[in-house]
Amino acid sequence: MSFINYASREINCKIVYYGPGLCGKTTNLQTIYGRTAPESRGKMISLATETERTLFFDFLPLALGDIRGFKTRFHLYTVPGQVFYDASRKLILKGVDGVVFVADCQEERLDANIESMENLKDNLEEHGYQLENLPFVIQYNKVDLPNLSPMEELQSFLNPRSVPEFKACALTGEGVFETLKAVAKLILVELKKGAG
Amino acid sequence: MFGSQSSLVMYDEEYQQIVDLAEKLLREANSKAVFLVDRNGQLMAATGETEHLDTTSLASLTAGNIAATGGLAKLIGEKEFSILFHEGEKDNIHISIVADRVILVVIFDHRSSLGLVRLRVKKASDALGDLFEELARKSSTVGTRGGPKNPFAEITDDDIDNLFR
Ligand SMILES: Nc1nc2c(ncn2[C@@H]2O[C@H](COP(=O)(O)OP(=O)(O)OP(=O)(O)O)[C@@H](O)[C@H]2O)c(=O)[nH]1
Ligand SMILES: [Mg+2]
Repeated sequence: MSFINYASREINCKIVYYGPGLCGKTTNLQTIYGRTAPESRGKMISLATETERTLFFDFLPLALGDIRGFKTRFHLYTVPGQVFYDASRKLILKGVDGVVFVADCQEERLDANIESMENLKDNLEEHGYQLENLPFVIQYNKVDLPNLSPMEELQSFLNPRSVPEFKACALTGEGVFETLKAVAKLILVELKKGAG
Repeated sequence: MFGSQSSLVMYDEEYQQIVDLAEKLLREANSKAVFLVDRNGQLMAATGETEHLDTTSLASLTAGNIAATGGLAKLIGEKEFSILFHEGEKDNIHISIVADRVILVVIFDHRSSLGLVRLRVKKASDALGDLFEELARKSSTVGTRGGPKNPFAEITDDDIDNLFR
């Protein structure tokens, strides 16, 4: 849920990166952090295990600029992708304004992608949200690797509604900002609609 | 959190009242800093010795903390743990939930005590609760006739594109 502060003339929106374990959610945030001017970003917080797997969440605040005199900030979160952290994933989705689903394009992760997408829908519903009504984009990550699922197959399983989708290599940065920009745009359009 | 509308909204008038209440609590509890954070991790107000603190991170971690312990509470059949207390070597953190809606964080050291902080927090919570009630009522009228204007009603595609230049 966005937060419009007339006193400090700020607006804050929450974006959650979702997807199966090791698909590259944390890498997306690290890349964004690494390529954003220091004055536009806050500290990145990673609550992770000793083996660098996300334990609770990553958090990165970004201040992109002004719209109509309001400082526009995006709070980026990742969820832990490992199946058994489901309770934590659910908590992170609370108050979400937009979702990025990061798919792992490697063939052997197809089932994990599908399972994670189902899990996203279930967890959103528990908060009373519908994925169809939220700003939502899909990123097909790790396209630099050799053993990829065919794109048509990924699309038919993960993106039947044809929401905006991007091929990416989160490690090199390909597609990372395109993805972020797309979801941020959808959120702002939604805010505008809500303004009625 | 604030009813069914999609945004939480804060206005100058209520903001000033919230800051006043936070400052009063800061003084009366002999504390170092007082924060108000919404449950989704967004900072609403901060007062006291905040200049060396990363308040954005503090807000996000506090909300995560409340969310995690709230999950724990449900597991054992409690509704929520309404107060959390973390004791450090020098500084301590007292976290509580005001009117089911907003997280109140008080940081204090040896110049105060847990007993005093608890007492003052309780008193401040009632006044803050009333204010948030009023704010919720008011933000449900955003964009309606007579209600405050939403700044996003008139944004254009260009405004949005310009953000990413
Ligand atoms: N080849 C390749 N490797 C990637 C890419 N993106 C991420 N990785 C690697 O994949 C591994 C897992 O990345 P993370 O970003 O930690 O994955 P995650 O989705 O946050 O995983 P969890 O926290 O367990 O949910 C790391 O070793 C990354 O370097 C990519 O585009 N290409
Ligand atoms: Mg991770």
